[in-house]
Amino acid sequence: MVASETILSVKDLRVRFRTLDGAVEAVKGINIHVNAGETVAVVGESGSGKSQTMMAAMSLLASNGEATGVVDYRGRNLLTLSKSELNQVRGRKISMIFQEPMTSLDPLYSIGNQLIEPIRRHRGLGAAEAREEALKLLRLVQIPDPERRMKSYPHEMSGGQRQRVMIAMALANDPDILIADEPTTALDVTIQAQILMLLAELQRKLGMAIVFITHDLGIVRRFADRVYVMRCGEVVEEGEAEAIFVSPQHAYTKMLLAAEPTGTKAPPPPNAPVLLEGRNVEVTFRIGGGFLAGEPLMLRAVDHISIRLKRNQTIGIVGESGSGKSTLGRALLRLLPSDGLIRFGDRDISGADRQAMRPLRRELQLVFQDPFGSLSPRMTVGQVITEGLLVHEPTLSGRQRDLRAVEALREVGLDPNARNRYPHEFSGGQRQRIAIARAMILKPKVVVLDEPTSALDRSVQKQIVELLRKLQADHELSYLFISHDLAVVRAMADYIIVMKQGKIVEEGPTEAIFSNPQASYTQTLMNAAVDVTRFRLSA
Amino acid sequence: MTDIAATAPAVVGRSLWGDAWARLKANRAAMFSLYYLAFIAVISVFGPSLVPHRYTTIYADYVRTPPSFSAYPKADKIETALNEAIKRMRVDIKKWRQEDNRIFVTVTSPKPIDDRSVRYLDRSDAFDDTKIESKSPDGLEAVMSASIRQQYFLFGTDNTGRDLLSRTLMAGRISLAIGLLAGVVAGVIGVLYGATAGFAGGKIDEVMMRIVDVLYSLPFIFFVIMLVVFFGRNFVLMFLAVGAVLWLDMARIVRGQALSIRRQEYVQAAEAMGVGQRGILIRHVIPNLLGPVVIYMTLLVPHVIILESFLSFLGLGVQEPMTSWGVLISTGAHNIGSANWLLLFPAFFLVSTLFALNFVGDGLRDALDPRDR
Repeated sequence: MVASETILSVKDLRVRFRTLDGAVEAVKGINIHVNAGETVAVVGESGSGKSQTMMAAMSLLASNGEATGVVDYRGRNLLTLSKSELNQVRGRKISMIFQEPMTSLDPLYSIGNQLIEPIRRHRGLGAAEAREEALKLLRLVQIPDPERRMKSYPHEMSGGQRQRVMIAMALANDPDILIADEPTTALDVTIQAQILMLLAELQRKLGMAIVFITHDLGIVRRFADRVYVMRCGEVVEEGEAEAIFVSPQHAYTKMLLAAEPTGTKAPPPPNAPVLLEGRNVEVTFRIGGGFLAGEPLMLRAVDHISIRLKRNQTIGIVGESGSGKSTLGRALLRLLPSDGLIRFGDRDISGADRQAMRPLRRELQLVFQDPFGSLSPRMTVGQVITEGLLVHEPTLSGRQRDLRAVEALREVGLDPNARNRYPHEFSGGQRQRIAIARAMILKPKVVVLDEPTSALDRSVQKQIVELLRKLQADHELSYLFISHDLAVVRAMADYIIVMKQGKIVEEGPTEAIFSNPQASYTQTLMNAAVDVTRFRLSA
Repeated sequence: MTDIAATAPAVVGRSLWGDAWARLKANRAAMFSLYYLAFIAVISVFGPSLVPHRYTTIYADYVRTPPSFSAYPKADKIETALNEAIKRMRVDIKKWRQEDNRIFVTVTSPKPIDDRSVRYLDRSDAFDDTKIESKSPDGLEAVMSASIRQQYFLFGTDNTGRDLLSRTLMAGRISLAIGLLAGVVAGVIGVLYGATAGFAGGKIDEVMMRIVDVLYSLPFIFFVIMLVVFFGRNFVLMFLAVGAVLWLDMARIVRGQALSIRRQEYVQAAEAMGVGQRGILIRHVIPNLLGPVVIYMTLLVPHVIILESFLSFLGLGVQEPMTSWGVLISTGAHNIGSANWLLLFPAFFLVSTLFALNFVGDGLRDALDPRDR
């Protein structure tokens, strides 16, 4: 990499937000610079101010935020430009792509329109020329069959393709700098690898600088030239990517690098009783259809799957989004209607209705992925975690319930005082602990963990994994651990099932799967997750 | 373990409602409007009994008196009023004078003067407490004295000589009551209906919402006119008519909310825990619905007040001598050239109240749904 001129430099940038509880400083005087043609990664956990830094640089802050300092782009301070001057730069010379491509595209316009419009506006081209240009862009981001795709609407495309379109839009005006704010976080690992490859290739072809905002250190190592590590609004460490990974200086960087969950789980003794068993489980969703709509489309989300969960065992179910892994978990808990045989202990629960399932619910618990959506925002934490007791132990007095809540919160490592507060006052990791406490207070036998760590920062993930392992050891729990994250699954599960499109592709003990994957799909997954080769070919 | 439980309430979290309240308090327009509404409500409820005039009392001498801070009768009107009253007595004025707040009048008559004729002076709206001070021996001449009845008409009087202040306050009482009651009626029906439809989902939801669609297609004014024709003009009917139409919007809003809450993970979590339908409805769906419902209610109340005014304006609403802002404005509009205060005062009250209600509604929306605008 040849050191070239600095095109963007951020000096002493401070971002503060006015809130009811006084001003909150999200970014506390940071210095960052970007050279032409290089890839700079800004790494940090949620709340570190990494996104707000770039939002401030682009004047996209929320209305209660204000930025001070200097954001110098080729000699102009972006913070002091007027709106029309800013638009000369924003979207033209510096463009952005975001995490969620669905919400960044307008659902009412076709892809073609959304591409052509800004090209005409910014470059003053005619309709036909702009169309040609748009097609060229779609070919550039390797969208198959671009002619046809021009007429598609965002909802007709997959997440990866939408992100490609977003990249095409960002590239439309030949920018100097592309700011990518967690562009692959919402995507499956295999797609993620493709998108990053595409970005690396485009950079080589077009020579723009990329500012890459992410929480995922694994990607950074493979992608970036220089790295800034941010924490609580400050840059704690900066340097060449390799240097940071090989010899991190700051304790926080070391902690981040060591945050990968470690350890393995020993399988249960072979004579352990089978607690939950599914034989030929099938779940079919009807899509559309009805009186006038004609034949419904039948979608088989779970297709003839058999599974045996023993006491004290953790089965990891791995697959990409849409593979039916969550559906399987819910079907086994009889939260979704399904065909096939499901047994809990020695009882056949395949046909059990709501009423019949109720007494069993306390032994079969579920923990969700999103710790923000799974706790009712209007209830205190105490009310949330004791709700199950109202159903299953209605004789308990309010005081006894309170004591149980204290006990459960202690068990998951939270301050018992938390029970008088509301979920929105807690961080993601704390909320996930609350959700786990809600499941544990009922002393269940089987817990289905549906991506419990996916929405959390790496360092928090590790804590939650450790908490789950401790709870399992203490209470002889059986887990069904659903995840797309192979590193976490490896640390949690002693048996792995790989799913694709509702079917089991491969299953076996964890070590066997990791050391010697048989199915090609499993190999692809492994490669995408474990690979450490650089995307950058120029380095 | 017990010691923790004993010292528990040390940390009390701030609920979403607490948050919303704090945000509302920071909104000056909304807070001012809130105080203003409270003020209007208080004067509408207690005002009519504190104002010296009843809203039904007719002052025949003060028809269409313009508003004034000074007391009636004015100096030049005293003589006119006196002459009129004396004429009814069928006696002649010899002379009269005013001392402070009393007038002394000497009257003569060809026939002896009856003591009871003082009542003619009392009957006038201008005088009170009439006495015969002295009488000549032959009874043909007498000196009467009467105190001048000081009356204040801050808002003036209407076409039949009723005090506009007390009528405006009374009208406020009716308008606010209709607004609040019909709003609550519409709200309760709408929330129950919408929450049931949204929560039940599927076929039940389809049928319930089609019924709403059918009711939507009824023209509102025809509906009210029909009710009035069949059942006569009736105050309670007004509530029914207005409430029966307005719950439809509420039902739709609530149904949409209930549908989306139904799919939230915390509802699924409750189901996975074995919580029954009732528990989910009461503990999860309804509390999370309340935000939008409260917002819509504050916008529903002014809507109802306007509808009521509109119906009263058409003559289908509240009937005399009972009154509402709509009725008063209707009368005022007929007299806009000759007595504009009849329009100005009620219109000011109506408009400012609606303004305040809308500001509060806006403030609540921002407070309960603090997404950045």
